[in-house]
Amino acid sequence: MPQYELWLQLTAPELILSISSLILLLIAGFAGQKSSKLVGILAVTALVASSAVALDFLTGDGFSEGADAFYGQYFMDRFGSFTKLLIYAAAIITLIISPRFLEERKMMRPEFPVLIVFAAIGMGLMVSATDLISLYIGLELNSLAAYVLASFARDDERSSEAGLKYFVLGALASGILLYGMSLLYGFTGTTSFIGIANAFGDELGNGALFGMVFVLAGLAFKISAVPFHMWTPDVYEGAPTPVTAFFASAPKVAAIALTMRVLFWCFYGFIASWQPIIIFIALGSIIIGAAGAIGQQNVKRLLAYSSINNVGFLLIGIAAASAAGAAATSTYLLIYVAMTLGAFACVMELRDVNGNAVESLDALAGLSKVRPGIAAALAIFMFSLAGIPPLYGFWGKALVFSAAVEAGLLPLAAIGIAASVIGAFYYLKVIKVMYFDDVSGIVVAERSAPERLAIIILTALFVSPLGFFLNGVIATYSDQAGTALTYFLSFA
Amino acid sequence: MNDLGFPILSTMLLVPALAAIICLFVSAGTARMIALLATLIDLALGIILWINFDIGGAQWQFVESAPLFDRFSWALGIDGISLMLIMLSVFLMPICIGASWNSIDKRVGEYMAAFLFMEVLMIGVFAAQDIFLFYILFEAGLIPMYLIIGIWGGADRIYASYKFFLYTLLGSVLMLIAMFWMVNEVGTTDIPTLMQYDFAPEAQTWLWLAFFASFAVKMPMWPVHTWLPDAHVQAPTAGSVILAGVLLKLGGYGFIRFSLPMFPEASAQFVWLMLSLSMVAVIYTSLVALVQHDMKKLIAYSSVAHMAIVTVGLFAFNQQGLEGAMIIMLSHGLVSGALFLCVGVIYDRLHTREIDRYGGLSINMPRYALLFLLFTMASIGLPGTSGFVGEFLALLGVYEVSSLVTLVSTTGIILGAGYMLYLYRRIAFGELVHDDVKQMTDLSPREMALLAPIAAVVLWMGVYPESFLAPMRGDISALEARLARAKPVGDAQLTPGTGLPANADTHGNSDNHGSAADEGAH
Repeated sequence: MPQYELWLQLTAPELILSISSLILLLIAGFAGQKSSKLVGILAVTALVASSAVALDFLTGDGFSEGADAFYGQYFMDRFGSFTKLLIYAAAIITLIISPRFLEERKMMRPEFPVLIVFAAIGMGLMVSATDLISLYIGLELNSLAAYVLASFARDDERSSEAGLKYFVLGALASGILLYGMSLLYGFTGTTSFIGIANAFGDELGNGALFGMVFVLAGLAFKISAVPFHMWTPDVYEGAPTPVTAFFASAPKVAAIALTMRVLFWCFYGFIASWQPIIIFIALGSIIIGAAGAIGQQNVKRLLAYSSINNVGFLLIGIAAASAAGAAATSTYLLIYVAMTLGAFACVMELRDVNGNAVESLDALAGLSKVRPGIAAALAIFMFSLAGIPPLYGFWGKALVFSAAVEAGLLPLAAIGIAASVIGAFYYLKVIKVMYFDDVSGIVVAERSAPERLAIIILTALFVSPLGFFLNGVIATYSDQAGTALTYFLSFA
Repeated sequence: MNDLGFPILSTMLLVPALAAIICLFVSAGTARMIALLATLIDLALGIILWINFDIGGAQWQFVESAPLFDRFSWALGIDGISLMLIMLSVFLMPICIGASWNSIDKRVGEYMAAFLFMEVLMIGVFAAQDIFLFYILFEAGLIPMYLIIGIWGGADRIYASYKFFLYTLLGSVLMLIAMFWMVNEVGTTDIPTLMQYDFAPEAQTWLWLAFFASFAVKMPMWPVHTWLPDAHVQAPTAGSVILAGVLLKLGGYGFIRFSLPMFPEASAQFVWLMLSLSMVAVIYTSLVALVQHDMKKLIAYSSVAHMAIVTVGLFAFNQQGLEGAMIIMLSHGLVSGALFLCVGVIYDRLHTREIDRYGGLSINMPRYALLFLLFTMASIGLPGTSGFVGEFLALLGVYEVSSLVTLVSTTGIILGAGYMLYLYRRIAFGELVHDDVKQMTDLSPREMALLAPIAAVVLWMGVYPESFLAPMRGDISALEARLARAKPVGDAQLTPGTGLPANADTHGNSDNHGSAADEGAH
């Protein structure tokens, strides 16, 4: 018995964005170049409206148990709403900090906000998908928008290269994912997550195990976890900085959330089968993300490795395979998004005498004298990414490790946290360059763009020790999100 | 709350925190004044704290608790041990600010902010009653110290700052995992509760090792002490003062607050490790100190040797040993801080720490030579100075446990006299041969004002240590009682005599060990 009214209500965040993006596309198409500002503002408005709906789902009592839509294709629950809010917030912040950067380089086009909104729709679908088909639609909608965004600076060789690389490798990963999905479908006869879980019964056969491994491999590519991380530094370096900021935040949230949904729904009965895989890629990401960053001279490449490193920590929360672990990963995602967007916003602030973007680490030398505010903010983000208390980044790491310890994964926790010291080295290097070295003279002092400055201040305050005062609020909702996601674990 | 009517510990944290933020935005002169004012207010608050501390009263006083952070709370409170270490911190801070008054001329606001932030963290660590709050404050100290060494340090400051940061970070992270395990097991983050909880002995072994990794690096114990000489040599004078004066005490405080009361069985199990590492440290680093050409490096190595006596005292498992360890920590905080200031005084004039570049300073700098001599003697442990009290008690304590360790540690103290007197001879005695040294002027009033208070306290602690021991006695007795069940058997226990029953009264206590413990308990 179709309940279209309810289903449309449950999918309201995606619907609002879908309709708005089509309208925005029309505006962009007919009004052309000059409409980019208007389209940007409208896109932010649409995202805010969707966020309001998602916030209502998260905090209101209406659907506290979650609700299914479209015959098991889509499931609205607190986990989905929590991550969706994060994704929309990341998209909104990207749209706020980007236009001026793009305008200065004559790259701003009305398509940019539209593509971001398309990606946001796809990501919203990813985190709520409970069927392989809707999962794939969401994933591809996001990916296709992302391929275009990566090569948005179409006159720039590096950007085109980034887009092409991303596309080719992304297509390969999608292929692997599809192959895994087809195996799962072949062995179970259904594409629904829960249907798959039920069909397995107590035993995961070899074929289904292959299916699971291929699905995980495809997802590992999307979250840029080791050993499928190779594309990340190149794409992050080549893509225009605002796009990189976006890539490092929202799609990470969506892909991690999707991975969690697949693991905790499809394979909730087979923790022993997937936990070693997750542990392996978690430790691999932490160690390779940290070691790979050490020699980097480009700030964006460095942040790319940093994101690989952080994905490792996020995966530790997943490896715990518990409500606490899922909640910890959700909290970490929130803090990670703030740190990453803040750090990229700082990078966007830097330019040389000719107005070109500065990306090399050497150019940051002595930044604390030229741009003291930006240097201080970047130092806060670096210490926070390194997980040094009292900055809030520490709390995200603390929670995932705490969850791992609670789950009895002591060796994982011990190795992971010891490896985090390797990562501290290169974060410290950025601070060393900015504070200890002599002024390079490359970066020029100038006034910050006010909207970007506001974002930097907000995110810096959030990851400053003041963030700890939000612990209660964040814990309330991330705990609900974690509990909602891991509902089936109690049957395992 | 407390009798004072306001949360004094939070206030002590808030004052420097606010001053630190203000310092970031004002001119150099204003920043200096604000920093001095804030540290003096904290000193005054510290004195109020000490006066109002009820000796023999509740174990935890001035307790505050606010469940602000969901998984952990803003819980502060002090016992006598914390009180003394907080006093040490607030006493040294204004002196550090004074020591940096003229020698720091770039980025003064940020420098003062870093020091004030440091003060917040130090007081917070000693006052924290929540294990996660403790960890956060304990680790956070890395950030300001990294910046202090890296920005205002010497020529090789970058290497030293990295080494300091990564070494101590690597040591600490495993402790965090152990803390998660403990909190998960006990279900509370409250330190006093955890101190009473009896962990299974098998678990204790691992927990103890995880905490050991952190505290041994902080302490620092041989062989993980190598960050210290580098950090000291490169840090600005005030940075060295705070590093030697307070930060090194975090390791000892950690042992006395966590390792010993929380894991008594494991502590007993690892007595051999602690004592043998300490024995190596006390001899080895003293010998290394003997051959140093750099004054700061020499004092840094002497710090490692002194800290080894602290660990010897702590792991003697008795009242004298623990009291002695605490007094050495306080004494070393003052004395090594003062010695670094003394180095700073002549470094500011000649801009070299090379010992051979000096000589004959007692001729043209008599006041300096006098104070330097006092601190040298205190470092050696001459009776009448604070160093003697601590070393005597600690060695007395460990003598019950092992004669060998006492012998080796005492040898280390003799070597200590060797390198300190040799240092003093090369700097203060002899002829004035270098022309530039002849030009050096004696202590300025500012420098006198920095060194004189420390000299006074060093003598006070040496002559009447009861003022400092009294607040800690109850807590140390409680700790000794808790450790009693795991106390290792010492080699100094006399066998009860089977002599003449009729003469038993005249011989009195043949069981010396028992009587020593009784006296210790007062």
